[in-house]
Amino acid sequence: MNAVTEPLLNVQTLTMNFGGLRALDQVSLQVQPGEVVALIGPNGAGKTTFFNCVTGIYRPSGGDVFVTPPGKKRRRLNGLKTHQVTASGLARTFQNIRLFQEMTVLENVMIGRHCRTRAGVLGAVLRDPQTRREERDIVERSYTILEKIGLAGEVNELAKNLPYGDQRRLEIARAMATEPFLLLLDEPAAGMNPRETDALEALIRRICDEEGIAVLLIEHDMRIVMSISNRIYVLDYGKKIAAGTAAEIWENPVVIKAYLGEETEE
Amino acid sequence: MPAIAHIRQSLIIALWFMFLTFPILVVRVNTIENIIEWRWLNMMYVGAGSFLGSFAWRYFLGRRERSASRNAVPAGTRQLAAVAVGPGYDVGPAGIALAGGVETGRSGGVEEKVSTPPAPPAKPWLHRLMDDRKLRRPLLLILAAAGTIFPFLPFTSTYQINIVTNALLYVMLGLGLNIVVGLAGLLHLGYVAFYAVGAYSYALLYHHFGIGFWTALPLGALLATLFGIALGFPILRLRGDYLAIVTLGFAEITRLVLENWNEFSFGPSGIAGIPRPGLFGWEMDLHGATIYIYFLMIFLCLLTIFVVNRLQNSRIGRAWVALREDETACEAMGVNPTAAKLTAFALGSTWAGLAGVVFAAKTTFVNPASFTFLESAMILSIVVLGGMGSILGVIIGAFVLILTPEYLRAFSEYRMLLFGLIMVMMMIFRPQGIVSGVRRIYEFHRGPGEQR
Repeated sequence: MNAVTEPLLNVQTLTMNFGGLRALDQVSLQVQPGEVVALIGPNGAGKTTFFNCVTGIYRPSGGDVFVTPPGKKRRRLNGLKTHQVTASGLARTFQNIRLFQEMTVLENVMIGRHCRTRAGVLGAVLRDPQTRREERDIVERSYTILEKIGLAGEVNELAKNLPYGDQRRLEIARAMATEPFLLLLDEPAAGMNPRETDALEALIRRICDEEGIAVLLIEHDMRIVMSISNRIYVLDYGKKIAAGTAAEIWENPVVIKAYLGEETEE
Repeated sequence: MPAIAHIRQSLIIALWFMFLTFPILVVRVNTIENIIEWRWLNMMYVGAGSFLGSFAWRYFLGRRERSASRNAVPAGTRQLAAVAVGPGYDVGPAGIALAGGVETGRSGGVEEKVSTPPAPPAKPWLHRLMDDRKLRRPLLLILAAAGTIFPFLPFTSTYQINIVTNALLYVMLGLGLNIVVGLAGLLHLGYVAFYAVGAYSYALLYHHFGIGFWTALPLGALLATLFGIALGFPILRLRGDYLAIVTLGFAEITRLVLENWNEFSFGPSGIAGIPRPGLFGWEMDLHGATIYIYFLMIFLCLLTIFVVNRLQNSRIGRAWVALREDETACEAMGVNPTAAKLTAFALGSTWAGLAGVVFAAKTTFVNPASFTFLESAMILSIVVLGGMGSILGVIIGAFVLILTPEYLRAFSEYRMLLFGLIMVMMMIFRPQGIVSGVRRIYEFHRGPGEQR
């Protein structure tokens, strides 16, 4: 990879303990600009915990998380609150879909604009020109994102009424509304059929190439992982057991052992 | 077939009730004439009543379940799809071909069902009525006219105006609490504490400094807001039930302080002789003053509706609703939950403070007995019964809950009983309240970004 530029996300020896359980053990990971990086591993390997540590939902027990937004200075994220992490340019989706069920599709995306807008209580009540302009801007941008994602037809549908695949895509749209430079997708293809998975793959590629947003994804569907990722990290029992390109990971005996178990010698 | 089962079940319940109530409703020992009266007729009444009640109950419950299962179809298939794909998880590199071929092929079949769009939910009839532009304007005009001439009608007494003013006061309280409970989803059981803060600020400010109503109105609101913020800071990291209990405790502390700190609040005897609101020094008789407060309340209610309506569809309002829906996701989308909660809490308290000042001016007397937990429960019931997050619902809820007991004085002994019954019924048959909150619809016409 391009070693000259500073990585967008630079995680150094991240460790997370839950009481006596070490869920993450000295995990280091980098995401370069324009990359799609996959994080894989068996269930319970600590992938989602890793996401939660990076996005500030958990406070890591050790290690450092640095981000370098394009054109900006390096910043340490440890100890920041989740909404501050999002404001700094990291947006995520959830493994089990967490949409705002009773809100419309458009409103879901509009929430993503929250951290990029400023109107307060007074502005809301008085509806001054500046607030109106901002509100208009929120609606326009949100709609544009929905058009890109392909959900422009359902703007006024309640999120809970969307089909499953669309809900997953709406989560991505919502995350994109926060203007991230890095998107963290937690099992975006879970529960999708092959057709939807293909569409998702194309969507992730488009996000990366056209929007210039790097992607870090957790995924179990190996087809999408292998075809889309520039690099792959493999976690097992909280430890990084392998890292490399798809072809390298595919052949790595340690990875195969972690997934399929070891043959017992007679 | 189910009808016969229903009748049998209802019969069993009727018999059981007849048996249960037998000792108190049928047997009566007449101690004067030393005889036992057997009132078999009562038993018949109980039997018939419980039979019909049980039958109606079953009928409505069945209807509700049928409609619920109709709505739940997409969710059901969604689960199925997830299950079908399930085995595809975690198949390592060696198993990829298998996962791609067989498993996902199966889930594809299920998915066909999933992609059929669910039928759009029917809008509540009240909203359809309000959306109809031709109907809406005359309807609002009639309401405005009725509200204006109501106090001058020949048959409206001071008492009538008073109870309507009271209902309007609760409309304001309900709308204020609606911000906290309905929009932001924070179960607040101590709302009455801020109402008390408002009322006592006017009473004490007048008592000590002779400050008049119009100065006390913003001051009371401000004090209540500050109280809201002061309380909000430590407790807003709590969620759900814990928040409810702490707010409840806070309300009780406020009431007990008011009751026991004689030097400050004059204890249970309260503060009397608070002046009614003035109108440029114009002297009014009791009837005139009542009408004045009535119009004042109408104005304040309109102001509240205006503000809450604007807040609801603003950046802040959306953040509140998102917070109610899913706090974790809301924070991950860049909303500062503490700030959002605190604003909701503070704004809710502001309206309680305003209402409190008006309350003190209206009754000319405050004491801690007006600010018991029952009041909080009442305001919360208005919000829940009317419909959380719906302005129209809260207004209807307030009028129903405040005016019904006034006009049904004959049943005043059973008031709480009826109240509980209505609440239970509502929670089972219409948990979203009389009018459910409806999200704003955006229309895009000439390409992207054209908002009408």
